[in-house]
Amino acid sequence: MSDILARLLGPGEPELGCDECFERLDEYVELELGGVAADEAVPGMRAHLAGCPACAEEHESLVALCAGEKEGGRA
Amino acid sequence: MLTRATVASVEAGEPAVAASGLDPESRAWLDALRGQGAEREAAVARLRELLLRAARFELSRRRAQLAHLRTVDADDLAEQAADDACMSVLRRLDDFRGASRFTTWAYKFGLYEAATRVRRLAWRDREIPLEPEAWAVLPDRASPQSDAEQTELLAVVQDGIASALTPHQREVLVALALNGVPIDVLAERLATTRGALYKTLHDARRKLRAHVAERGLATT
Repeated sequence: MSDILARLLGPGEPELGCDECFERLDEYVELELGGVAADEAVPGMRAHLAGCPACAEEHESLVALCAGEKEGGRA
Repeated sequence: MLTRATVASVEAGEPAVAASGLDPESRAWLDALRGQGAEREAAVARLRELLLRAARFELSRRRAQLAHLRTVDADDLAEQAADDACMSVLRRLDDFRGASRFTTWAYKFGLYEAATRVRRLAWRDREIPLEPEAWAVLPDRASPQSDAEQTELLAVVQDGIASALTPHQREVLVALALNGVPIDVLAERLATTRGALYKTLHDARRKLRAHVAERGLATT
């Protein structure tokens, strides 16, 4: 599907809203970084991140920040 | 043994569930932030430093979005974001249930406040394109590589935008999905919330998918 169609039609599967996404983002990111099945633990998160650019940006940032601290050894 | 902070928390009526199952570092953060006097002041100062780090991290990642602005005081922006994030964290301390480490939970507030500020600042002097006619140019935006199936799908979606959506759904879909207006910016201009706007976008997308399915086309 082209980018424009993807943006117009969205992920097309059950997804969280922005508020639920924010509520569970920290949990989801730690599971991802821990190599745990984050999508099973937080259903609908992956679809929401695919459909919401703002939440996707914040997800990427939290992953990058936490991964950097993990590498740097800061708790 | 009960620490002074733990006693203070229990006396404050803190739910037992919130104190159980936490990693030691997260528990220490909660105890200190729920403490009193100098201990609490020191913890709040450490929290603000942590949130300032997150805000600066986000601003450094999104700097390009502000490149067109002549004057941006990034330090001031980070300080403001850290202040608001700190207030949010302290106000919502009881919401922390230990699903992650406390620092990860707190970071998201710092990132959110900074990211929202960047998006709003980037669009500060820009007109928000809300024209419902924007969908009419959809076919021209399809890439030259679009095959016949995609072109047909796009035409059906275009028809769905015109006929299946309410004016508000059309306005929100066009602004967010076609014109790339950040959801925080649109929420501010329309005096609503990000969550409410995304719900509208979600409903519009659902209607469009149904419109496409009714015409026998696949969307995957």
